[in-house]
Amino acid sequence: MRAWLEQAGFDTRFTSLVAALALIWVALAVATDGVFLSPRNLYNLSIQTCVTAIMACGMVYLIVARQIDLSVGSQMAFAGMLIAWTQVTWLGAETPLAAAASIAIGLAAGLLMGAFQGWWAAYRGLPAFVVTLAGYLIFRGAAFLVADGQTLAPLSNGYQGIGGGVAGSIGPAWSWALGVAACAWVVAQSVHARRSRARYNAAMAPAWADALKAAVTCAAVLGFVAVMNAYPDPTSAAEGATPEGKGIGVPVLILLAVAVALTIVARRMRFGRHVFAYGGNPEAAFLSGLPTKRVVLQVFMLMGALSAIAAVITTARLGSGTHSIGQMAELYVIAAAVIGGTSFAGGVGTIPGAIVGAILIQSLDNGMVLMDVSSAKRQIAIGLILIGAVWLDLVWTRKGAR
Amino acid sequence: MTPLVEVRGLSKRFGGIHAVDRVDCTLGEGEVVGLLGHNGAGKSTLIKVLAGVFPPDEGEILVRGTKREFASPAEARAAGIETIHQSLALAENLDAAANLFLGRERLTPWRTLDSDRMEHEAAGVIRRINPAFTDMRKPVREMSGGQRQTVAIARALHFDARILIMDEPCAALGPAEARMVLDTIRRLKAEGLGIFLISHDVEDVFEVCDRVTVMKAGAVVGTVRTADVTREEVLAMIILGEKRGAQAGRA
Repeated sequence: MRAWLEQAGFDTRFTSLVAALALIWVALAVATDGVFLSPRNLYNLSIQTCVTAIMACGMVYLIVARQIDLSVGSQMAFAGMLIAWTQVTWLGAETPLAAAASIAIGLAAGLLMGAFQGWWAAYRGLPAFVVTLAGYLIFRGAAFLVADGQTLAPLSNGYQGIGGGVAGSIGPAWSWALGVAACAWVVAQSVHARRSRARYNAAMAPAWADALKAAVTCAAVLGFVAVMNAYPDPTSAAEGATPEGKGIGVPVLILLAVAVALTIVARRMRFGRHVFAYGGNPEAAFLSGLPTKRVVLQVFMLMGALSAIAAVITTARLGSGTHSIGQMAELYVIAAAVIGGTSFAGGVGTIPGAIVGAILIQSLDNGMVLMDVSSAKRQIAIGLILIGAVWLDLVWTRKGAR
Repeated sequence: MTPLVEVRGLSKRFGGIHAVDRVDCTLGEGEVVGLLGHNGAGKSTLIKVLAGVFPPDEGEILVRGTKREFASPAEARAAGIETIHQSLALAENLDAAANLFLGRERLTPWRTLDSDRMEHEAAGVIRRINPAFTDMRKPVREMSGGQRQTVAIARALHFDARILIMDEPCAALGPAEARMVLDTIRRLKAEGLGIFLISHDVEDVFEVCDRVTVMKAGAVVGTVRTADVTREEVLAMIILGEKRGAQAGRA
């Protein structure tokens, strides 16, 4: 089966991950009498996944470069508090451009937190584990100090749309347009890749396999749009009229933008190439004349910026800034990256894998909430899944190496 | 004629240990100079200084008569010195083209990696060294020792280096692959490159080197022309750390 899949050009690891996710969805649907697969729940799941998935994309880069960041939840909290403080205390939430200014400040704070940790790890040679453990404490404490532990509310009305709640989606028409555009892009990419490989007489997967891959991807995209549109938006219609569907949530769009950008950087940009080279063999990267310290610093800064984006989504969804957001986020984020196939040995990991990993974890969490499983038991279950996933990966790699 | 490389009084200490102790040596165009000595004799440290990995504590390096200081491997490369380290310094998770262009990637006008062009160029240079090398897309970790060596040599040659340092290029290879490397060295010599060759194998050294510089405990024991000495005399220099008689004329 595996050899057959590989011959057809499928990434067996990614395929099995998606298969595992499908199984989990079926199981959760059965266990919740179908509630799990209702449009309303899937819309919520899509929003819940975004925060973890966006940060998991940065964690892939870090782990690929043989680093780790245990402080992403604390970074989220500090950036989120700065955003809320800018809007509520400093400028006033409905002042024009207050929301934009607060986002800029949040992003700057994220970059600075990343630069601080990256500098210690890259230029002073401290282990990332230690530096970011310190960051975990420092940034969480700093988040508390911003408003002395108080919650800052309310945030700007327009800003709250970023969180995917009221007015936080793009409606059915735009969603369909985006879905169709995405499908066109998938098909174009597939055709382009085949042409390019044919020109250099490189080995090629059979046409039916590429067609199947493109068809499955397009079906998933259009299916996703259909489900998002099937969730009625109660605020969209006048009284008595049929409400419009919500469509794709704004956080999902942000995640898509992040994922596409970081996938392109990983595969097509010099920086991504250097991150993977460094992770594969740090000594070789140095001897090849790469600016290895700067690469490590930049990876931490990227993570900081993504934590800030996650903070924007979270504060927008809550409509307020609290210093307690992002607790345990680091663990979910690392778990998502690892379940998605990122290896602690360095040099191996993909953005799509991490996103599916994030969906998988969030699905379990969401499904178990629907089943009234207590938070203590949910933690135990997710811990066990993490061990299981890494164990399966080990077995998988050993088999492959033989 | 100005030598390609001239090393004058070069020293490198680690703690109290003189890893390289006031070493002088030269390398001319179209010349292969062997660096011989036991483990710990200082050969690898010497070439790492030349490759920009460590700064020297004392002494100077002249490239074509101009004094140069290398703050990083990238600067040594920019001065035309390419080094093939014993570890080969390849990223095992990347393919041949990615390794060949590591740090010197070809970019499209949109600043993205020009993968097609890199793969095409890499295939060209690699096949000139090793015609049996065909699978350009597999990662280094799936390659044989000879294929890895090919990638490392191709990387050193593709950017028109005139000075090449090879640290134990044949140590991990089978006889056929070692032959390929020695043939390559001879061809490069004919093209006018200067090559420092570090090796344990006295046979290999006598086959391709014009001169050998023998080191012991960080210092140079002596430099002799391979044509003027026997293998036994060179072995004696390595083991005893002293140059016998006057028959070993200085180059």
